[in-house]
Amino acid sequence: MSSLSLAVRDSSTMLRRNLLHARRYPSLTLNLLLTPIMLLLLFVYIFGDAMSAGIGGADRSAYIAYIVPGILLMTIGSTVVGTAVSVSGDMTEGIIARFRTMAIHRGSVIIGHVVGSVLQAIISVVLVGAVAVAIGFRSTDATVLEWLAAFGLLVLFALALTWIAVGMGLISPNAEAASNNAMPMILLPLLSSAFVPVDAMPGWFQPIAEYQPFTPAIETLRGLLLGTEIGNNGWISVAWSLGLAVLGYRWSAAKFNSDPK
Amino acid sequence: MTSLAIAANGLRKSYGDKVVLDGIDLSVPEGTVFSLLGPNGAGKTTAVKILSTLITADAGEIRVGGHDLATDPQAVRAAIGVTGQFSAVDGLITGEENMLLMADLHHLPRAEGRRVAAELLERFDLTEAAKKPASTYSGGMKRRLDIAMTLVGDPRIIFLDEPTTGLDPRSRHNMWGIIRQLVSGGVSVFLTTQYLEEADELADRIAVLSDGKIAAEGSADELKRLIPGGHVRLRFTDPAAYQSAASTLREVARDDEALALQIPSDGSQRELRSILDWLSVANIEADELTVHTPDLDDVFFALTGGADIPHQPNQPKENVR
Repeated sequence: MSSLSLAVRDSSTMLRRNLLHARRYPSLTLNLLLTPIMLLLLFVYIFGDAMSAGIGGADRSAYIAYIVPGILLMTIGSTVVGTAVSVSGDMTEGIIARFRTMAIHRGSVIIGHVVGSVLQAIISVVLVGAVAVAIGFRSTDATVLEWLAAFGLLVLFALALTWIAVGMGLISPNAEAASNNAMPMILLPLLSSAFVPVDAMPGWFQPIAEYQPFTPAIETLRGLLLGTEIGNNGWISVAWSLGLAVLGYRWSAAKFNSDPK
Repeated sequence: MTSLAIAANGLRKSYGDKVVLDGIDLSVPEGTVFSLLGPNGAGKTTAVKILSTLITADAGEIRVGGHDLATDPQAVRAAIGVTGQFSAVDGLITGEENMLLMADLHHLPRAEGRRVAAELLERFDLTEAAKKPASTYSGGMKRRLDIAMTLVGDPRIIFLDEPTTGLDPRSRHNMWGIIRQLVSGGVSVFLTTQYLEEADELADRIAVLSDGKIAAEGSADELKRLIPGGHVRLRFTDPAAYQSAASTLREVARDDEALALQIPSDGSQRELRSILDWLSVANIEADELTVHTPDLDDVFFALTGGADIPHQPNQPKENVR
């Protein structure tokens, strides 16, 4: 068997294993969905009027349109925390040692986690998106091409954060540590343009909001779904995603290939 | 000439300052059981981890199944099966799913994978529990599932790292039966254990690992011959009878507190009869006579720096036989 078909076959076996875990124990995935959904409802129904006035919108529906792109990307950040937790939990299992002594594709264990996690992130985004539509979010005048681009951006962003989360899972000795290590994935969107525009923030804070992966991705998604100005944000978010994906990949590969303790 | 399933020369591994394996040599002929015996922390598990490609050695030439471990680890992996000390089963999925996972990773066609999985589940008495999550299994069941998973790929060399640690006596005897079955099918087994009885029961050759070095190697009988051990023990209830017997027999080892005498013996019927004859002639009648044969415990304690060899305090070496 060629090494590529070995990689594909073993990785899909590992993917099936991870999806089986997720299907049998869905509580972790579902719990992680609660954060973005609760924030969405909180900011729309409790703070909605004030927030809407703050961005110069006419009513609450203007703020729904503003907040949803950020919430969708935050959903990805939230689901990859689950990835870090399940990777670190998995690494403490004897079965991983067994995999390492078998003549299988070396990376398949990790690839199975990554693909499974991206699939879960996309499913989560669809579920949260459905909630957003239910409370009145509408993507005005987006073309099919823009929809596809938005979907592509979400997948790429999920892939990038997943690789980073896998690395975080690999360096964490247990699930609690993994959950703590992956905390920035949930915190960063709070410090981005998800809830308020960057230029409405204090001047000293603006660089923190601006030079991080979530803000350009949110601005790009907003532009694709709602027709706002994208500017350089499209390229910047692609660069962030590719950079993080490569970094996370190399980090994870190095960690996984070193001798286990 | 039989070829070697495992051959290691100058195997070395340290973690920081701590030397775990200090240049050990191992050779395991095909189709035999080799047991690495040692106390906790002697380096047994480290040796298994290295030989099974899980971690890398600091130095040493190692060939497993004829393949060089350093240059062709994938070929080694294709030849071996490993059952570690901690059960290597996926607790979140069922026993059957664990088996099918192994079948998929060995690239068996679907139908064959199902057949092999069902056969092994049956053979290891797990058919009834096959649809339950492995995390709900008892210790013995997990260990059986673990071995069943190892056998899916039909490996020719199997590493068993303390396969019976923590099992109850019945499960332990079942595991021994399983190991004997494997060997009768021509499989080579590398077994680590801290139970001397287990090595004695199963192994063709035994190496005693102590402080990262092989303290002794040989068959169980050869190892037992290395140290004194066999004796006949006479115990008396009446101190006067004990004193008179002790002065009559003179050369024997005394245990004044227990009122017991020890006469060196190899435990054979011939020697026993001559001892009994000697006792009748000397008119000595003990209240209790027991025969002690040397066992691996004696060897183990003698070789691994355990303080005293049990059963035979103060026995001078020249008294043996």
